[in-house]
Amino acid sequence: MLKDQDRIFTNLYGIHDWKLAGAKSRGVWDNTKALIEMGQDGIIDAMKESGLRGRGGAGFPTGLKWSFMPKESDGRPSYLVVNADESEPGTCKDREIMRFDPHRLLEGCLVAGFAMRAVAAYIYIRGEFVQEAINLEIAIQEAYDDGLIGKNASGSGYDFDIYLHRGAGAYICGEETALIESLEGNKGQPRLKPPFPANVGVWGCPSTVNNVESIAVAPEILRRGEGWFSGLGRPNNTGTKLFCISGHVNKPCNVEEEMGIPLKELIEKHAGGVRGGWDNLLAIIPGGSSVPLLPKSICDDILMDFDSLRDAQSGLGTAAVIVMDKSTDVIRAIERLSHFYKHESCGQCTPCREGTGWMWRVMQRLVSGDAEVEEIDMLINVSKRIEGHTICALGDAAAWPIQGLVRHFRPVIEERIKSRKASKAA
Amino acid sequence: MPTLTVDGVEVTVDPGTTVLQACEEAGAEIPRFCYHERLSIAGNCRMCLVEMEKAPKLVASCAMPAGDGMVIHTNTQKVKEGREGAMEFLLINHPLDCPICDQGGECDLQDQSMAYGSGSSRYDELKRAVSEKNMGPLIKTTMTRCIHCTRCVRFATEVAGVEDLGAINRGENMEITTYLEQALDSELSGNIIDLCPVGALTSKPYAFTARPWELSKTQSVDVLDAVGANIRVDSRGKEVMRFLPRLNEDVNEEWLSDRSRFSYDGLKAQRLDTPYVRKDGKLQPASWGEAFDVIAAKLDGVDGANIGAIAGDLVCSESMKALKDLMDLLESPNIDCRQDGAALTTENRAGYLFNSTIAGIEEADALLIVGSNPRHEAALINARIRKRWKMGNFPIALIGEQVDLTYAYDYLGAGPATLKEVAEGKHSFAETLKKAERPMIIVGQGALSRNDGAAVLALTKKIADEFGLVSDDWNGFNVLHTAAARVGGLDLGLVPGENGKSAKEMLDGSLDVLFLLGADEIDVSNLESSFVIYQGSHGDAGASAADVILPGAAYTEKDATWVNTEGRVQLGRRAIFPPGDAREDWTILRALSEKLGKTLPYNTIKELREKMVEVAPHFADIDQVTAADWGSFATEGAIDDAPFINPITDYYLTNPISRSSRIMAECSTTFSKVKGEGTGTNG
Repeated sequence: MLKDQDRIFTNLYGIHDWKLAGAKSRGVWDNTKALIEMGQDGIIDAMKESGLRGRGGAGFPTGLKWSFMPKESDGRPSYLVVNADESEPGTCKDREIMRFDPHRLLEGCLVAGFAMRAVAAYIYIRGEFVQEAINLEIAIQEAYDDGLIGKNASGSGYDFDIYLHRGAGAYICGEETALIESLEGNKGQPRLKPPFPANVGVWGCPSTVNNVESIAVAPEILRRGEGWFSGLGRPNNTGTKLFCISGHVNKPCNVEEEMGIPLKELIEKHAGGVRGGWDNLLAIIPGGSSVPLLPKSICDDILMDFDSLRDAQSGLGTAAVIVMDKSTDVIRAIERLSHFYKHESCGQCTPCREGTGWMWRVMQRLVSGDAEVEEIDMLINVSKRIEGHTICALGDAAAWPIQGLVRHFRPVIEERIKSRKASKAA
Repeated sequence: MPTLTVDGVEVTVDPGTTVLQACEEAGAEIPRFCYHERLSIAGNCRMCLVEMEKAPKLVASCAMPAGDGMVIHTNTQKVKEGREGAMEFLLINHPLDCPICDQGGECDLQDQSMAYGSGSSRYDELKRAVSEKNMGPLIKTTMTRCIHCTRCVRFATEVAGVEDLGAINRGENMEITTYLEQALDSELSGNIIDLCPVGALTSKPYAFTARPWELSKTQSVDVLDAVGANIRVDSRGKEVMRFLPRLNEDVNEEWLSDRSRFSYDGLKAQRLDTPYVRKDGKLQPASWGEAFDVIAAKLDGVDGANIGAIAGDLVCSESMKALKDLMDLLESPNIDCRQDGAALTTENRAGYLFNSTIAGIEEADALLIVGSNPRHEAALINARIRKRWKMGNFPIALIGEQVDLTYAYDYLGAGPATLKEVAEGKHSFAETLKKAERPMIIVGQGALSRNDGAAVLALTKKIADEFGLVSDDWNGFNVLHTAAARVGGLDLGLVPGENGKSAKEMLDGSLDVLFLLGADEIDVSNLESSFVIYQGSHGDAGASAADVILPGAAYTEKDATWVNTEGRVQLGRRAIFPPGDAREDWTILRALSEKLGKTLPYNTIKELREKMVEVAPHFADIDQVTAADWGSFATEGAIDDAPFINPITDYYLTNPISRSSRIMAECSTTFSKVKGEGTGTNG
């Protein structure tokens, strides 16, 4: 279990002052100039050493991502874009950072922006986050007034601006290139890659899109040293992580924990255990709605990090743990997620536009049992024809929950179909 | 130069080539819906997926730049399944109403589902239905069939330069629409019918009239403007069913303007299908012999100086040559092919051509437009200018009427005064022209068809001479014509001879006999005292003033030659026969000449064309542009202060064929008439 002194988000629950004075008392903006004096390469090397992997879901090494940005400008400015469009069902970690610890994000923007030679950061915040946007606006103003950002930010001699941009509440705008399109004022549809944003991003300029949590932890990693961060967790899965535990637990919560904590320990220690006891557990979605669920048998001893969950054919995703106890109609639960993806598909490319609706309609019939057993295989086949055939990962995200359901709960589905047939016959 | 391997075949391609193009070069066929050579890459249909070694997933070949050492497979099981999957997804919500779909027989979805589809359906849910959209009188929508390739949206925004089309909603509710359900206001809108790979956007006038396999296809050229777009005439029996563009990179690429595409119903209306003779003040049907007798009797003993002839905008070079020869035999110097009174002369061919050529626009680096609205006068040339403008670094300035050209330009002024300032180097744009390596000027008929036209032409020539518009390998002096017949007429010398009268002078009623060869854009109100012979295809202004009407063939009904504004000689071919007693135009003049005892010296079109080549050798070089030598033309003179007025007031009604067309009338009502200011509650 994570020691208190190793916590980065010391106001996760909003019990302290979130404004500048309170943030400073918790060590935010503490000699940021010194961090900048590490130099661009120094910061990027330290981030690489720390082993931080992107906290938005894909887990791409953050330092490596920053290093893709051009070292010398060809005349175009570079930008940092912060993805604060947190919309993955089950996930609510970035929201807590933005409303209770906004300065941690802003300091991260400066440090990360400096490291990638960006002239400004754009924080693209989800439209529904009203209070969070207000708090961020206040925090940005405080930082400007205090000289922490803007001209000669934090006395470092580096000029850096931060802008807040409010989205309109579309899930797809959390996909980095769709976010860029939306930021530019276009319809939120993912772009083709290549070219990647580090080459052609927002307004055609080199850009890096990072998750709020990835940016917010950066200054603390640099301040305490990359060795401290890489000493936590397991190799290749280092540091601390915010977990969002929801569903059938006694005390749903957000909690910062060490990577690689056993799932059972996470739930029992922080969320008050599964409703009705561990044995009442049916399944857990370990990383937000788009990763395949895990049945209790796997949940018993799985570790919560990227590699361990990948080996269990699931994923850490955003570390949004959705717990379902035995009262859950697991088919109905996945059908609801399926509807979500059908609703949020941007409609640009064929497999996702047409396939998400098809899968949802089949899922609806699986819920009631009005289907043939062979349709389960067809559904998997359809999901495989979506997965990997689309421009962005939404197609994959729509396919995985269904694949997970069939992988682990096929007998339940078959049983439902058979009993429906039997009741019809009677 | 990246070298890659496609199905074991090694190909080397230019940098910037996509994998799809490389595959085609290697001989591998790649199915596609959204990809189109002339539009930006969308990569959304997912039909062009190929397998690339070392890539974890199939890649969309249309969007992947070819890289050195790539190993591509286009025929593996994985690729086959990928295509089959994309095809299945496209079809699940497609209505499969091919039997009642106008795209049937020329549908990409139909063809590719035969080649790449699975042959059976697993989709057991309800299909999506989408409401129809109003896109105006030309485009019929059946949006349920739409596969969301966005070709139409990209064409409208990128090529046509109108932002009227777009997609709303998301996921399976995504719809292509004109947002406000307005007609698509572009003179290139018909091209989205060709671009649509399915039957979502089809031709409204052509709806349910024919199937592609019943049509005879004739390769011809369009004559409703001076661009000379290459077309395919699709006909059935004695009816033209539709026009489609034909690929010609140098002229129209693969586009066609709406007037040229949709005027075909005008070929069936207001036709002159038998000779007429005016008796007791009324035009009465007559036989050819009767009509010729009346003309012969009238011409008997009339002095050549009292006979005149005007050639119109659509007439072919062959009939103009025959007319010119006939007038020479009648010893008349009164002949003119410039019914609009343009101050163009035949002394130097470069003085009336679009010298840079249409494709040459793409090499230019500065443009001055004088007295022209190319969007209406030559929509396809305007599209080419926009294409060049989109590449960047192309300053454009306009002197004349301030109109929406679909690209940004500097508005310099309204009339010749501004032009003079530029010519004298007093205007800042003169600097721009001077600095440019390949500057060009486009002079429209709005600048030349005025009393001071010659002086205006001289000013533009001065600009060309002094600002380096003409060099050894570049001639940026361009006259933009509006009439398909004009360059041919000037090439064949249809201008007044010594002491001859111009078109305007001939129309004042001073002549005894006036021969109008398809001349309709004229003022016929003073012709009561002249005996008027009208030869042409349609009952329009000229025919209304005629004493004898000789029915001719329209451009789809004869083998004939036209010369476009660049000076490109192109052959039109007969798709159908002229209606009734109408005849090919040169044969009418040949027959008449015999009757008059002044027989023209040719019996076949081949002999006639040989005579044309004698006068103007470039008529032998079909489809070619023969560069004209730069020399002296135009005389300086006093200029008028009046602003330039563009020659076309209604894009859809510029010629007798279009004026006879119901479709064009509807377009005119929709697009040309309601341009007034309005508030949200008007109408």
